[in-house]
Amino acid sequence: MSPLATEAAGNDLLRRALFLPEQASTLAPQIDFLHYLIIVTTLSVGLTIAAAFLFMVVKYRRRSESDTTPRFTTPLWLEATYFGLPVTLFLAWFVIGFCDYVAFAEPPRDALDVYVTAKQWMWKFAYPDGPASINELRVPAGKPVRLLITSRDVIHSFFVPEFRLKHDAVPGRYTQLWFEAPRPGEHPVLCAEYCGLEHSKMRARVIVMEANAFQDWITAEKAKLVADNGLRDAQPPPGAAQQASLREQGGAVAARKGCLKCHSVDGTAHIGPTWRDLYLRRERLEGGGEVIADEAYLTESMMDPAARVVAGFRPVMPSYRGLLTPGETAALIEYIRALRSRDVTPTPSEGPVYAPASGR
Amino acid sequence: MRQLPADEASHQPPRDGVAPAHSYLDHGTTVWSWLTTKDHKRIGVMFLGSVLLMFFMGGVFALLLRLELLQPQPSFFDGLTYNRLFTLHGVTMVWLFLIPSIPTTFGNFCLPLMLGAKDLAFPRLNLASLYLYWFGALVTLFGMFQGGTDTGWTFYTPYSTTSSVEVLPVLVGIFILGFSTILTGVNFIVSTHLTRAKGLTWRRIPLFVWTIYGTSIIQVLATPVLAITLALVGLDAGFGIGLFDPQRGGDPVLYQHLFWFYSHPAVYIMILPGMGVVSELVCAFARKNISSYAAIVISTLGIAFVGFFTWGHHMFVAGQSVFDAGAFGVLSMLVAIFTAVKILTWTTTLYRGSIAITAPFVYVAGFIFLLFFGGMSGVALATTSIDIHWHDTYFVVAHFHFIMVGASLMAFFGALHYWFPKMFGRRYPEGLGIGAAVLIVFGFIATFLPQFLLGNAGMPRRYFTYPEQYQPLHVTSTAGASLLGFGFLIIALYLAWSLRWGKVSGANPWGSRGYEWLTPSPPPLHNFHEVPTFERDVHDYTVPEAGHGA
Repeated sequence: MSPLATEAAGNDLLRRALFLPEQASTLAPQIDFLHYLIIVTTLSVGLTIAAAFLFMVVKYRRRSESDTTPRFTTPLWLEATYFGLPVTLFLAWFVIGFCDYVAFAEPPRDALDVYVTAKQWMWKFAYPDGPASINELRVPAGKPVRLLITSRDVIHSFFVPEFRLKHDAVPGRYTQLWFEAPRPGEHPVLCAEYCGLEHSKMRARVIVMEANAFQDWITAEKAKLVADNGLRDAQPPPGAAQQASLREQGGAVAARKGCLKCHSVDGTAHIGPTWRDLYLRRERLEGGGEVIADEAYLTESMMDPAARVVAGFRPVMPSYRGLLTPGETAALIEYIRALRSRDVTPTPSEGPVYAPASGR
Repeated sequence: MRQLPADEASHQPPRDGVAPAHSYLDHGTTVWSWLTTKDHKRIGVMFLGSVLLMFFMGGVFALLLRLELLQPQPSFFDGLTYNRLFTLHGVTMVWLFLIPSIPTTFGNFCLPLMLGAKDLAFPRLNLASLYLYWFGALVTLFGMFQGGTDTGWTFYTPYSTTSSVEVLPVLVGIFILGFSTILTGVNFIVSTHLTRAKGLTWRRIPLFVWTIYGTSIIQVLATPVLAITLALVGLDAGFGIGLFDPQRGGDPVLYQHLFWFYSHPAVYIMILPGMGVVSELVCAFARKNISSYAAIVISTLGIAFVGFFTWGHHMFVAGQSVFDAGAFGVLSMLVAIFTAVKILTWTTTLYRGSIAITAPFVYVAGFIFLLFFGGMSGVALATTSIDIHWHDTYFVVAHFHFIMVGASLMAFFGALHYWFPKMFGRRYPEGLGIGAAVLIVFGFIATFLPQFLLGNAGMPRRYFTYPEQYQPLHVTSTAGASLLGFGFLIIALYLAWSLRWGKVSGANPWGSRGYEWLTPSPPPLHNFHEVPTFERDVHDYTVPEAGHGA
């Protein structure tokens, strides 16, 4: 067997022995490698200690009730080993693990974005330029996907065992997670954070499609949306917004909630900064400092506008906390992202931010 | 038959079936005399009875959960009942059993004996601590049954603050229990500082005292934070101040930080006393001095200190920054290194010893083995990357049960067997004891090893129903749990029997040279007929028996 085949067979053997599910993301083999390394080392060390323990129990068994024993204290070199050996092992594992952790925290720049909203007890997936679906996430094979996750009520956790991935869905925040599934297939999604009565039934699935098939599917869904929109009047009924693409919904929300009274979308100056090319722009702040207008900053500016005001503008914007649903927030962000003249690639958000969680 | 110490032997020699005369057990036998006692030994015994009752209740809840999990579909209970049961199991085991378990029972009983003192520094405070415990336990259990709390023992917001169930009474109960913990901790710290007999310097006090001392420091420092957190959750749930509710501008993850700032050190409250017990038992049954007193003491204090800086490892996937995750990961590993030093030191202590296989020693072996694997799985979780997969799965459940049940409970039962003759002056049937201990260790492995594998396979925690592929491992785990239950039943039966009909033990049935054995068993009311001189180091077996104990 070639070294590659041997490695694959070894991987498969260990994976099955540990009851791990198949490796369906590009990250899974990395996580499993560290897992194998730790389990093999731990078992070897554990067996060595157990053997030494048993050996001494037999060799130094009690001969009489009044045995005396010599005084023995651990010599310094042995003490140093007791400390040094675990330090070395643990730190080596930590370096491997933390490098992986950092890599998982930073999505590639060309990732496809999908907005995930959790609620008791279902998952909703929305594409920037496509439809939304319930409990079914379709993604293309061989392309990185970034999930922007939030919750409408309590904390949930998006967990795909076959991807070895998980991230909490926290109400009031967008958190992110990315993955790349190399092969088409279907994988269960479970909720890992206890969220009430139907927690164990809050399941969904990821359907990984061939890139072409995915493209066809999303095109077809878009066409359906256009057709639906064509049938509607200029003033769509309230529920209908659900079917429009996230970007279009964002435009509607901006108009409905009065955002456009202060923010322009064509680059002209107004009471607030223009949304044209705002996304990922480096802004100087009132009172010093700079910020990149990423998802985190945009959400913060909706919920807590006075926190960081762009230089040259007055802090007059009211807070929209409680006035925008998570879906509307996502739509607005997507709308602002669409308002860029040249292609700007997404970068990881700076961290969790506040967003509203209204209704449940 | 062993010789009794001169002063005891001058009374009539005890016959089998007759309790040794003039012990703390004989000074007043009415219920009232027990309820109003200020004797640390009686308070310890009452705590022992109380926590054993709680352990029994928590165990029954656990068995009910395991029964339900035999099948992927609902079988015995509905979802709500299941969720309430695992909350009951967690709350009972953590706050009513594990946290008070070793310190309030064996700590209470042995600390003054080991220090050569007549009692703890504040005997009345000690009794107050017992009453607070009873009161807190009643309020907590009443709240659980009345309000039907289904939040899990972690009370994560915003679920706990916004769900329709009543959590306030439970929070009040735990709040009260916290004061019991703080009072006990203060008492132990002061007693260790001020009541040591002449000659008993800091470098000579028994290792069990060191761990109780370390634990008490954690209790006194961390418990107030729990009280603050619970009060804030109460205000959130009852009055809607919205500190943890994003709808009102609050932050649910802030709650997790506050909660784990207490609850992670609380894990060390549960395990440190167990480590102290094992340090005593290893020496006693190997007839050997500890191979490095300094290593054990430093690692004890190290765990107590570093344990305060690891809480963030509960939030690797909750949206914590990458830097925080790295920092908490490294600090968590440091705690594990202290534990590793202890495990290796205990093992080295066996070298050139004189080892007796007894029930307590079987628990010690089980403790070391299970602590090793429980600890290593903790290290694996602290690598941050694998935790992304394991977080909130059965792997974590198995990990902390290895520590809290595997290790802490083994230590508790080891201590119970070792100090049973000290407390009651009678012996339990040793053969039966060894058999039950072996059954417990293997039952434990059969229960929780499959749960590691379930976690690997991706089974999340707190699932009432589950995908079918997980069933075989669940069935194995339930089988193991019934073995465990059977083992505990045997122990309960023979210990109850031994209380009345066990062979009279004499002052020092183990030939141990721990300081607590310098006085008769059971000890007289004021512990010593005359204060011992402590001229030899604790567990010094280099010279043949003199007038020492036996």
